[in-house]
Amino acid sequence: MTGFDAVPRLRRGVKAAFDETRDSHVVLFPEGVLVLNETAAAVVSLCDGRTSVEGIALKLAERFDGVEADDVAELVARLVARRVVDVDG
Amino acid sequence: MGEAPGADAPFGLLAELTHRCPLRCGYCSNPVDLVGRGDELDTATWCSVFDQARALGVLQVHLSGGEPLARKDLPELVGHAAGLGCYVNLVTSGLGLTPERLAGIDHVQLSVQDADEAGANRIAGVKAFGAKLRAAEVVREAGLPLTVNVVLHRLNLDHVGGIVALAERMGADRLELANTQYYGWALRNRAALLPTEEQLARAGEVVADAQARLAQVMEIVYVIADYHEAHPKPCMHGWGARQLTVAPNGDVLPCPAAGVIEGLGVENVRDRPLADIWYSSPAFTAFRGYEWMREPCRSCARREVDFGGCRCQAFQLTGDAAATDPVCTLSPHRGVVDAILAGGPTEVGHRAVVR
Repeated sequence: MTGFDAVPRLRRGVKAAFDETRDSHVVLFPEGVLVLNETAAAVVSLCDGRTSVEGIALKLAERFDGVEADDVAELVARLVARRVVDVDG
Repeated sequence: MGEAPGADAPFGLLAELTHRCPLRCGYCSNPVDLVGRGDELDTATWCSVFDQARALGVLQVHLSGGEPLARKDLPELVGHAAGLGCYVNLVTSGLGLTPERLAGIDHVQLSVQDADEAGANRIAGVKAFGAKLRAAEVVREAGLPLTVNVVLHRLNLDHVGGIVALAERMGADRLELANTQYYGWALRNRAALLPTEEQLARAGEVVADAQARLAQVMEIVYVIADYHEAHPKPCMHGWGARQLTVAPNGDVLPCPAAGVIEGLGVENVRDRPLADIWYSSPAFTAFRGYEWMREPCRSCARREVDFGGCRCQAFQLTGDAAATDPVCTLSPHRGVVDAILAGGPTEVGHRAVVR
């Protein structure tokens, strides 16, 4: 599990994009493609190398109900495991 | 879109721009019957293929070959694919790679043949090692992610520790160590390329140690030698499920090797729209899903794990593309694979040059 202070950013060579064909946000990276749901897309858009997991949760709470820092940390950990995201801290 | 149930949109296009290549590796998976330069799709047709692929749902374009840098129009093709929003992956020998040719490319896969110069050049059939070191530098200086790809076999499997060290020195983000799959030229050279059980066991240990040691530095992907396994590989994650291949002449294939299957009904982008081919051409519908399966696959719990293995391998080894991949120990044809493994080694022959 990723800590609340950890600061995630997209790894080198990873691109976030919108796919009109699937009407979904996606992440493109050397190994493949991830199709994101709305929440995951919002998290990925905030993996900017400046905002901590806790900060991401606070920002998301302005847009979505029931956002928990735990859930953000778990999603970030999964993105790290897929080598889409790196974390500092 | 969506006219044919049962098929999702593809994510990836393997664009084999040419079969021309400065290397002559005996493990090459290109077909033995190579497409000549005069039969290659022209620039406008490739751009149209990319347009159609993107509209179909393709997000990743793998520019491969042969050597894609052999195409003079590569910058134009890269620019077109990138302009469509595709992730552009260059799969290259590295020969002829310059900073200018990396414009628009998102990721580079660079082939390496062995740990040292003499061994690598012997396998490649030409002096290519120095050019590969320079190519890696060019990729790093451009700030692009680099994957080093190494096909493993009898002649280099004992050097896998040195190969890992070389990939580290090259600054690879990712190292793909893939045991040879026996298609095309590799099938022809199989007896020379097949490793021994002992070689595989030793290499497996070296790779596991390196994976643990370098976990934070370089991802190491190890692809097993399927003849030596009890179950087949989940080939292409299912037939016509995620990716399509367009050969240099415009033939559209479910995988790069599928041209070997006789009577498959391969269609060409010059004759029919790409989406129609993906959703309804006989070549793509033949083995899509599970309905085509017979026993032992049909009632097997593993069918959703390995999709019955590889159709091309089934055809090559049993003459029947709908058979269970004979690598599977549940296949009645497993004896064919065991007999191959029991055979003695021969000398490797180099791939033909096509101009």
